[in-house]
Amino acid sequence: MLSYDLAVIGGGPAGMAAALKAREEGIEKIIILERADTLGGILEQCIHTGFGLHYFGEELSGPEYAGRFIKQVYDTDIEVKTDTMVLDISKDNVVTACNNVDGLITIKATAIVLAMGCRERPRGALSIAGSRASGIMTAGTAQKYVNINGYMPGKTVVILGSGDIGLIMARRMTLEGAKVKAVCELMPYSGGLTRNIVQCLEDFGIPLRLSCTVVKTHGKERLEGVTVANVDENLKPIPGTEEYIPCDTLMLSVGLIPENELSKNAGIELDRITNGPSVDEYRETLHKGVFACGNVLQVHDLVDYVTQESQIAGEGAAKYIKGEKKTGEYVKTQGENGVRYIVPQRINRETDKDVKLYFRVGKVFKNVRLSVKCGDEVIMSRNKKKMTPGEMENILIKLDTIKSLPSGSTITVTVEEA
Amino acid sequence: MTKREMVCVSCPIGCAVTVELDDNNEVVSVKGNTCPRGDKYARQECTHPERMLTSTVKLEGGKLPVISVKSASPIPKEMLFEAMKEINKVTLKAPVKIGDIVIKDILGTGVDIIATNES
Ligand SMILES: Cc1cc2nc3c(=O)[nH]c(=O)nc-3n(C[C@H](O)[C@H](O)[C@H](O)COP(=O)(O)OP(=O)(O)OC[C@H]3O[C@@H](n4cnc5c(N)ncnc54)[C@H](O)[C@@H]3O)c2cc1C
Ligand code: SF4
Repeated sequence: MLSYDLAVIGGGPAGMAAALKAREEGIEKIIILERADTLGGILEQCIHTGFGLHYFGEELSGPEYAGRFIKQVYDTDIEVKTDTMVLDISKDNVVTACNNVDGLITIKATAIVLAMGCRERPRGALSIAGSRASGIMTAGTAQKYVNINGYMPGKTVVILGSGDIGLIMARRMTLEGAKVKAVCELMPYSGGLTRNIVQCLEDFGIPLRLSCTVVKTHGKERLEGVTVANVDENLKPIPGTEEYIPCDTLMLSVGLIPENELSKNAGIELDRITNGPSVDEYRETLHKGVFACGNVLQVHDLVDYVTQESQIAGEGAAKYIKGEKKTGEYVKTQGENGVRYIVPQRINRETDKDVKLYFRVGKVFKNVRLSVKCGDEVIMSRNKKKMTPGEMENILIKLDTIKSLPSGSTITVTVEEA
Repeated sequence: MTKREMVCVSCPIGCAVTVELDDNNEVVSVKGNTCPRGDKYARQECTHPERMLTSTVKLEGGKLPVISVKSASPIPKEMLFEAMKEINKVTLKAPVKIGDIVIKDILGTGVDIIATNES
């Protein structure tokens, strides 16, 4: 059995940032295990720009953003095993993985960082009538076909779901000469960033149909068209609003799910809303010494936040390895009145830094007051002009405030009228 | 006099901005923005909108059949499709490094198309 201080599972932006931070904090034996043939994760196929605006203050493409971290990793003595799939994490932090060179390997690690990213919700998760014609794929799969394999998956496209990957692909397909007929969104608002609605749809006159879904696909071998319909407040199709749109490709951009098979098998407790592990302020899960960051923890829309979160996890893992991580009492966090979840789910009262609470809201809010309360006491509040489900929000809690919280208490983030 | 409605995308707040244009398409007024960046964005959108362009070009001798590229800075929006035609004419030979110039001064814009990955 191999032995390491820290084993990082997944070599995307999350895994790389966590490993680099732990190295910076003085941790020596670190290994990154990545199932793909290169580091970089999903960023390798995200060739559009807009990455790094916060972190580097530059408009980088996905591969450029990843490239900077890949270089940093190879400039250190952090070990990297690519083409290596992690199969299991045991209760006592033994990682089992396999690859073509070493066969089956087992690694005993003092701490583990989970950074497996997320995957797209597949077609099976939706109920659309129709046969299994080819030409139906997730937007991320289409992104891979076009940007990595270099071929166009179709000529006339309908996109279901207005998540960012779908919007980005609407523009990409249009620029490459395809006709994108419509983007249909079930909800009355888009799940994507405003910037992407403007620059990927409006710029090219691609209609965004809100409160609309695909009810049927047509075609035997290859997709020939889809039937779309408007939906009511209960998201049920309204009879009589059906419309047939001919197309050879249907792309699905209907949400991302954290990749937590490994975590579940290891018995790590997951949050019901985020589908990621429940963690403390250093992103330690309820399984001692196992940390989580990036899209495996909560789905992020900006990679810059992935990097920040992963540095926190890397620092936490380093503290744990050095025996410096506090194990005192925790206060819980929760969301209310449209605040769907909070990461971290708990905060150690003995912690040593301010803590940012990250969350998403369940609908569009305008001109509201965002408050953090402990019982009836407001410990922090801020006016917000606008909050949307598509954009992750955060609010900072000062260290002094955390220290003053009564033991066993819960802090609640809530939305009120301004 | 015409009015144009738009959303400022300079920051996540996304203010709804209304621009008044005179008959020569000159900006008369900008309303609805909450900060000066919104005013600047709206004026630019009405007079000479620009966009970053990203795509891929064919690659010979590399691990993958294509490699990603971008415009080093934004180019006029109306030139996006024409620029795509130029980009699709190019075939690169490995090795390619991040930042290598793929097309110099595309369509006389003064902007280079550069590689954003390595082969
Ligand atoms: C299709 C798609 C497109 C996206 N496009 C954008 C975008 O345009 N802009 C944006 O900001 N964000 C985008 N995202 C979100 C994006 O995932 C994050 O910004 C960022 O890449 C998340 O980093 P990560 O390291 O958490 O996950 P990833 O980048 O997904 O990295 C996870 C890594 O873990 C590896 N892994 C998983 N399981 C195992 C295992 N068992 N063993 C070994 N390795 C494993 C994977 O191979 C992968 O390399 C996209 C996500 C998807 C799914
Ligand atoms: S006007 Fe200012 S505050 Fe409003 S969206 Fe633009 S940059 Fe943001």
